[in-house]
Parts: sequence; structure tokens; C-alpha cells
Amino acid sequence: MGAPLTPFALSVDIRKRLSAFELQIRHEFPAGFTVVFGPSGAGKSTLLDCIAGLLRPDAGRIALGTSAFFNGAQRISLAPQKRQIGYVFQSLALFPHLSVEENVRYGLDATQVDNPHQKVGQVLQGFRIATLGKRKPNELSGGEKQRVALARSLVTQPRVLLLDEPLTGLDAGLRRAILEDLRTWNAEQRIPILYVTHNRDEVDAIGERLITIENGLLGKTGAPRSVLDAPQTVALAQSAGFENLLDARVLELREADGVMRVALAGGTTELEIPLGAAQPGEQVKVAIRAGDILLAIQEPRGLSARNVCKGTVESIETRGSVAVLRVRSGAAFQVHMTPGALRALHLAQGTPVWLVVKTHSCHVVTAL
Amino acid sequence: MNLEAILLSLRLAITVSAVLLIISLPLAYWLGFTRWRGKFLVESVVALPLVLPPTVLGFYALVAMGPRGLLGRLWAALFGHPLAFTFSGLVIASLFYSLPFAVQPLVASFESLDRRLLDASAILGASRLRSFVRIVLPLAWPGVLTALVLSFAHTLGEFGVVLMVGGNLPGITRTISIDIYDRTQSLDYPGAHETALLLLVVSFVVLSVVYGINRRVWSPWAHR
Repeated sequence: MGAPLTPFALSVDIRKRLSAFELQIRHEFPAGFTVVFGPSGAGKSTLLDCIAGLLRPDAGRIALGTSAFFNGAQRISLAPQKRQIGYVFQSLALFPHLSVEENVRYGLDATQVDNPHQKVGQVLQGFRIATLGKRKPNELSGGEKQRVALARSLVTQPRVLLLDEPLTGLDAGLRRAILEDLRTWNAEQRIPILYVTHNRDEVDAIGERLITIENGLLGKTGAPRSVLDAPQTVALAQSAGFENLLDARVLELREADGVMRVALAGGTTELEIPLGAAQPGEQVKVAIRAGDILLAIQEPRGLSARNVCKGTVESIETRGSVAVLRVRSGAAFQVHMTPGALRALHLAQGTPVWLVVKTHSCHVVTAL
Repeated sequence: MNLEAILLSLRLAITVSAVLLIISLPLAYWLGFTRWRGKFLVESVVALPLVLPPTVLGFYALVAMGPRGLLGRLWAALFGHPLAFTFSGLVIASLFYSLPFAVQPLVASFESLDRRLLDASAILGASRLRSFVRIVLPLAWPGVLTALVLSFAHTLGEFGVVLMVGGNLPGITRTISIDIYDRTQSLDYPGAHETALLLLVVSFVVLSVVYGINRRVWSPWAHR
């Protein structure tokens, strides 16, 4: 792998007239994952095509750090070949007549790279598809194809990565494994990654940042929780992922148990969470679904759940069939329960409670 | 059987289909991928020989190649001899005559390619030429084969254009179909039949090869 690059942000400020509406996006994508949400036909793929240079915006600018990809006023429009972008299409677009190895090497053929064979070998190994090198795309399973498409894009060491629902149709386990590989890769590369998805589980596993696009316009942006707390649109409400995204610092690893202890920012609360790719002292984000947290009005005993934290109910709001509680225990937790459970426990503002969270309800997200 | 005529026709058909492939690849690529609104005009010109009587095409080719025609004068200036009634003249006229048979299967196969493959190729840094050689051609090869074989077969049997442009010079412009016509005129039916049967068999074999490899039935611009 090459020398670590200084992370550049991708800044986009474009307008493009489409048949049904005008795409108008102004956003800065920092290094790391940004989830791009929105109903189909909202303009997400058009945005990616504009960034990649496959479509030309009507006006505006696209730049990576100081290097311009597109500038309408200065009549700059870099060809896709010159942008050094990785783009995995929803259809994957593997070359059907080339083997896995040839597909992955394709991006290296155009540039004069030293020892392309070794590079291809490394990336195939990294994505655990080294044994498939001689196969043709039609001899691969769905998950294998998706790995090949990712490997093909990443071997060229792109400066920006565009992923258009690259893991659609995979079962959760496989998807998690591929995402983990991708995350490991990006810990080294630190480039902006735009990840288009409709899938809540994928947001859980990925997102520290989320932007939404609807009818060509940028909706709310920010941490998934802040975006999804008060969904502005039906599409957003549907895409509600994990409500709790907590800043934490790794205290210690207990590799034998497959867990680590983290301290939440803003208090003394500690959690035991699954072992992730992090070292003691490192900042991570811990994602927990609001529906995965139990509340008890007495200190519970004899539970298998490892995390029991004392806290206080700060606010209660009933939205239809869900009661949304805000519980302070060092950090602020969002907890969902049924209105019936709320009545049975006589919960009110200021009630002292115990939060109960299973270790495996916590997802680690490396903070980039 | 007139071996001289058969060999001449073969030579003509091979030359024309080879040159046509070279001309048609870029032309078909452009027709297949351009977003220019006026492209139908070019399509119409390419398709003209399908509907025009060969004698009309041959007539204009003869005029152009004649001593007063632009092409004829240019040729004479370059090579020092006239173009009409020569093998070269025959090749040039045949190029136009068989053009749609080379271009249309190519365009059809280029248009059926998944555009995202070309996008992927460009994003992976490949120039247009590289994408063409490594992605378009290998995936469109049934179209290339069809173009080659159809233009070969079509040129092999041409009559009207040859008669207009080439006349009937043994070994130079006297092709199979002219030979068949001659023999029929002079009531040599068995002789005509021998050659005609040969052409029939060759054409059938050639088309079987094309359709066997390329399962889609080829047709002019129609199915889009």
C-alpha cells in the first residue's frame, strides 16, 4: 500500500436539470463514510455520476481538496479517467468476459504501476477472494461478485470512493463482513466515501454521517441520530437507523471474552461492547438502537445483559405507537418502548431508572 | 464452371469485407454511441443501398468514377489511369453497396452493450480506444462476425453495380453473377446452373454460420 494520504474533503456545489426536477446539491464530504439516503429517483445516482464525471452538471463546482474536478465558470471538466475515483455501481458492472483477476487488474493496466500482479494478489487476499482469481463473473455468487467489484475499485487507490448500494441483496452476516473489510481498508486510506443505501442495518453498521436527498434537494444532514430524531419526510422516517450514536473512549480490551470496555463521553458511564478494530485510548462511536435498550425501575439482578447503568428520565414523548424517552446516564440515551410499558412502569420526567443493554446490541463504529 | 469468374468474385468479396470492417467499426461505434440528433441522416445514407436499385447506385458510381467525375479525376491524377471498368473501381462501388450489411449488425451489437461497463472502464482509467479494444470488441464479436460474413456474402453475389461500373471484362470485372447472366443469355443453362448452385450453397453455408453463432436474427435498423 502507498504512503498515507492527507485526507482531503470532497466539496460539491452543483446544479443539474433533470426531466422531473433540478438536482441542487451543496455539501462537503469529509474523509470517512457519508451515508447518502433518499427514495429512488431522488437524484442520488445522478449526484454520484456527476462526481465521477459521467454526467456534466449544468453549473457549479466539484473539487477534491484544491484540485478541481469540475468548474462551470472556468469551463473545467476533468474526464472520468483523470479523476482517480472508485465507483461501484448498483449493477456492479463486472466485465463478463474477463476473469476475476483480469477484472481487478483492469484499473492498473491503464497506469504504469510497479508489480501489478502483486498488488492484485494483495487486494484479492484482503477481500478474501484470492481463490477465485481464474473464475469468470458468472461463476460467482452475489457476495463474491460484490467483493470483486469493491476490490477492482480499491486496487487503483482512488481518491474518492462512490458506492451505489453495493451490498444490496446480501444477508446481514455477509454484509457485515464485507463492511468490516471496507472499514479496515479505509482506516488506512482515509478518503471520502459516499455510500448510497436504503438499508437500516447498513446505516447501523456504517454511518457516522448521513445526508438525505429528496427531489434533487439536500435534506437534513448530520449524525444519523440527529437527522432521524425528527424525520422531516416519510422516506427519512423509513430509513431511521440507529438512534444512539455515542462518543466513547476504549478503556481496555478483553480479547478472551471478545469484548472491550469503553467510557462514554460526558460522564462516568462505562459499557461493555463487542471487540472492534480499536486500541485502548482510541475514540470510537457506539451505536445502539433505541428499541434495543430496556428500562427497569428497580436495580435489576441476575441478568445476562452486561450493561446496567443508572440514569434519570429526562423527557417522554409519545409518537403514535412508540414512546420515545430521553434518559440521562452520563450521555443521553434515546429509548423506545410501547405506550403500555410506559404506563405500567409509571415513568415520568425525573424518574430514576436503570438502562439495560446487551453487549451485542452495541455496534462499534470507528470514529474517523 | 468459370473458375476465373469465381476467383475474381472471391477476391472482390474478401477485399471489400476486409476494407468495410475497417471503415465500419469507427462509423458504427459513432452511430451506436453518439447523442447527436442528426444521426438519423447518417443512418439513412448508410441504409440507402438496401432500398436503392443497384443500377441507380452503379450509375452514380460510374458518373463519379468517370473521366469527368471527381473521384475519377482524382484517381487518374494519383495513379495515372482511369478508375471506371477496373477492379479498384469495382471495390470502391462495392464498398458503398455493402456498407449497410457491415454497419448495421455492428451498431446493433454496440447498442446492446451495457453502458455501465463502459462507464466502469472509463472510471478505471481506460481511454476510449482502450475501452473499445478491451471491452467493446470482445463483447460485440458476434456482431463483428456477422458484419464480416454478411458483407462478404452480399458482395459475392452482386450484379447490378458490377454491370454498371465494371462492365464485363474477363478476369478484371467479370464476376460470378455476370457470368451466370451471360450463360443464361446464350442459353448455356447447365453452365449457368453449376455456378448458380455454387453461389447458392456458399450463401447458405455462410448464413448458417452467422445465425448459428449469433442467435439473434439480424435485421435492419428495425428493432430498437
